[in-house]
Amino acid sequence: MNASTGRGDGRGGDDRTDPPITFYRLQACPYCERVTRTLQELDLEYRSRFVEPLHSKRDVVKRVAGVRTVPVIVDEDTGVTMAESANIVDYLESTYGDGTETSVGEQPAAADRDASGGDT
Amino acid sequence: MVDFDVVELAEADHPRPGDNAPDFTRPLVTDEFWEDRTLSTLASEADGPTILVFTPMIGSFVGKYVWDELRDRDWDERAGRVIGVTISTPYAITRFLEDEDCPFAVFSDPTNAVAETYGVAHDLDDMNGLSEPRPAFFALESDLSVQAAWVASEWPEFPDYDDLEGDLGLE
Repeated sequence: MNASTGRGDGRGGDDRTDPPITFYRLQACPYCERVTRTLQELDLEYRSRFVEPLHSKRDVVKRVAGVRTVPVIVDEDTGVTMAESANIVDYLESTYGDGTETSVGEQPAAADRDASGGDT
Repeated sequence: MVDFDVVELAEADHPRPGDNAPDFTRPLVTDEFWEDRTLSTLASEADGPTILVFTPMIGSFVGKYVWDELRDRDWDERAGRVIGVTISTPYAITRFLEDEDCPFAVFSDPTNAVAETYGVAHDLDDMNGLSEPRPAFFALESDLSVQAAWVASEWPEFPDYDDLEGDLGLE
C-alpha cells in the first residue's frame, strides 16, 4: 500500500484501518496513472482495486460510480464518488492540496479535460 | 485403485495445529477486481475460522476439482471465510471465478512465495522455472493460529472432504 498519512477513517462502526480513498483502476491506463501521481504527490492514503480492460467486466465500477470508465475514486472522508481523471485530479488538489497546482496539473489537455469520454 | 504408482510427494514441512501461520499480503482476486489484502486482517474480520486453500495453478484439473467441490459443498456459507492461494495471475483467477460461478476469493501469488513459507510448494517436472502449491487446507483462528491442516502427500491427491469438513470444524 502507498499509505503514509494515516488520515483518520472518519467512519465509525468498524475497526478496520482501510484507507479512506478507494481507487478503481486499470493497468497501464494513462488516465489512471495520472490520478496515481496526484494521490502520491498529495501523500494521500488509498487502496487500489484493479479491474479488467473490458467494459462489460466492470460491474463493480458501474455499481459504485454509475459509469464503466476508469479511473474512479471513492472518498469515504468526504462522501465523494467521482469518475474522469481531470475531475478527480481537480477534486484531489482542491480538497487536499495546499492551493498550488502540482506538476500533474500541467498535463496538456484542455481537450482532455473537456473530454468526458476521454478516460478508459 | 489405478495399477500404477501414484507419485508420492516428500513430506511437507507445514504449520501444524497450534503453530502460528505465516502472515502475508498479496492481491486478493474476486470475480470483479483485485486489491492488496493482508491475511491477518481478513482473518481478524472473519466471523469464524478462516480456511486457507492452496491449489495448483488455474487451468489444472486439480485446481478446478477443488474449487468445484468447495462451491458445490457451499463452503462459502459454512465457513467464516474461505480464501484460496495459487500462482495464477489476477486475470486468470478472475476469469475462472466468473466462468465457474465460484463465490470465493483467491490470492494471486505468481512467485509461489506464500506456498514456500507454508512449506507446501511443489516443483513441477519439466516446467522449468515454475513452482506451484500442492493442494493444502489450513483452518486458522482469528490470530492466525492453526486449528487444523491437511496437505496432499501424493500427486494427485484430494482430501476426503467429509473428513476434512469435520477436521476444519465445518458443520
